Amino acid sequence: MKQGTGKAVYPGIAIGPVYVYQKAAAPVQAQSCGAEKEKAAFDAACETAKAQLAALYEKAAKELGEEHAQIFDVQRMMLEDLDFLEDVEARINSGTAAVQAVHETGEMLAAVFAGMEDSYLQARAADMRDIAARVVKVLSPEEAAFTMDEPGILVADDLNPSETVQLPKDKILAFVTKGGSLNSHTAILARMMNLPSLVQADLEPDEALNGKIMIVDGKKGCYWLEPDEKTLEEKTAQQAKEQKEKQALEAYRGKPTVTKKGQTVKLYANIGKPEDVKAVLEGDAEGVGLMRSEFLYLGRTDFPTEEELYEAYRDVVVGLQGRPVVIRTLDIGADKQVDYFGLEHEENPALGYRGIRICLTRDDIFRPQMRAIYRAAALGKVYAMFPMIISVQEVRKIKAFCEKIQAELKVEGLPCGEVELGIMIETPAAAVISRELAKEVQFFSVGTNDLTQYTLAIDRQNTNLDEFYDAHHPAVLELLRMIAENAHKEGIWAGICGELGADPTLTETFLQMGYDELSVSPGRVLELRKKICESEG
Amino acid sequence: MKEFQYVIQDDLGIHARPAGNLAKLAQSFRCDVKVACNGKTADAKRVIGLMTLGAKKESAVTVICDGADEEKAAEELETFFKENL
Repeated sequence: MKQGTGKAVYPGIAIGPVYVYQKAAAPVQAQSCGAEKEKAAFDAACETAKAQLAALYEKAAKELGEEHAQIFDVQRMMLEDLDFLEDVEARINSGTAAVQAVHETGEMLAAVFAGMEDSYLQARAADMRDIAARVVKVLSPEEAAFTMDEPGILVADDLNPSETVQLPKDKILAFVTKGGSLNSHTAILARMMNLPSLVQADLEPDEALNGKIMIVDGKKGCYWLEPDEKTLEEKTAQQAKEQKEKQALEAYRGKPTVTKKGQTVKLYANIGKPEDVKAVLEGDAEGVGLMRSEFLYLGRTDFPTEEELYEAYRDVVVGLQGRPVVIRTLDIGADKQVDYFGLEHEENPALGYRGIRICLTRDDIFRPQMRAIYRAAALGKVYAMFPMIISVQEVRKIKAFCEKIQAELKVEGLPCGEVELGIMIETPAAAVISRELAKEVQFFSVGTNDLTQYTLAIDRQNTNLDEFYDAHHPAVLELLRMIAENAHKEGIWAGICGELGADPTLTETFLQMGYDELSVSPGRVLELRKKICESEG
Repeated sequence: MKEFQYVIQDDLGIHARPAGNLAKLAQSFRCDVKVACNGKTADAKRVIGLMTLGAKKESAVTVICDGADEEKAAEELETFFKENL
């Protein structure tokens, strides 16, 4: 038995025989048949290679999706790049055979990428080698395709995109590569195919390994070659257990979230950008319980326009295909680096000019946001939620403002829809007066992260305070109970969108308190639905 | 000559796909288009050069258009940067 390690790419256990993927060796030293002839051969090979890349693009788009396929389009452009072409031609002109010139240029440019600081760009060295290898192969045709007779574990030095796309994917149980990185194509493919895999493994892809039994643990980042009986038994049991757990969760896909006694809970997801909608659908969330608007403002040099905001909100509403979305208005303060807001430095930003305090004093920021939200509501079910509320007066101001916005849009003839208004309960003040606040709005969502930090007077960023911090502090739980009770007394619904909402040890408690909605990260939905459905409450 | 500055917002910087699209767009103009970043300058019509500039998130890049259609090129390229990078 040999045991080794690698960087874990995707968790899970795979057990099967090894298939070693051998790369074509570097081209043998060929004699130039004269620059003219070599150049003609090179041009023809480039055309063939481009046609192959176009075909690969189609194949990958069909099998893996447009996004994964685009790399072949980029490769085609790299193949047409003058830096590449000129370097090859210069080598051919100085008497090198085309096949050798392409190989040398590929290695030279790959080395430039490999020398970059950025790990993403380093990984592009594989693309450069891939392109060169493709042209080399066209110039020296032969070689049999790689096949697998039965499901097994693919061991390779590193795999480039055109190799990965041509692999018999239905037969691969895991990837183990000696090279590659967490950003390499193999790693991306492994994650997309949900295959337990390792990169940078301490393993030489030697043909002698072919057919030997291997175990890959994609969570721990290790492998066993020719495992002894005890290890094999242990890992087979672990694999069976994990698969069973995963399947058990899948059984909850598309199911209503309802306890044994018939209490229904809306299980929503938290997102930050329109692109996250994909994860919401994959995670089987019933809607979005918190869409943070901050990202629309971060990483820019000026405020987003109403149109930009509208487009982002619209993409979410349309993407959710009828599921509702709760949009939280801007919650930004001096702790976030947004220069163009021109916020003054504060000693204590958590207690400073942030959230609704900015919106209520800056018409120019609040107006385009609310207009965009009302306009997006023309396309689906939209809720608006306001952060950092401490008083009834604030809520009344917001409501008056929203009425004005609606009237404006009607006059302008822009399509807009109904928006239910709710507030975040994240200050102890709001929790304490929640009965009064509930008379003003249509829902509550508890932001447990801030509510806990303000209630306990503990900064979560300060690790020195960890020993004093208690996420389940009775004061916080009592506030949570009160909030739900007051909401229901006034006939509105209450949800939780903070981290605590996904804490399975509190699910039972939240059900007892009567929470109507939980919003968690998309990947936690099925797990939580199982927990709720199994609950006695 | 027309030029503009832009600070990269994309998490991955000028990576493969946008570099490809940028080169495609630059090739559609007759004027010379150069992109300068971190003390290096690349021909915007060459995708490998663009990628190896190493322009990351928050890198400041300067785009210089020089030639017949420089006005139009600068305008369209600036829009491209804003929308994609």
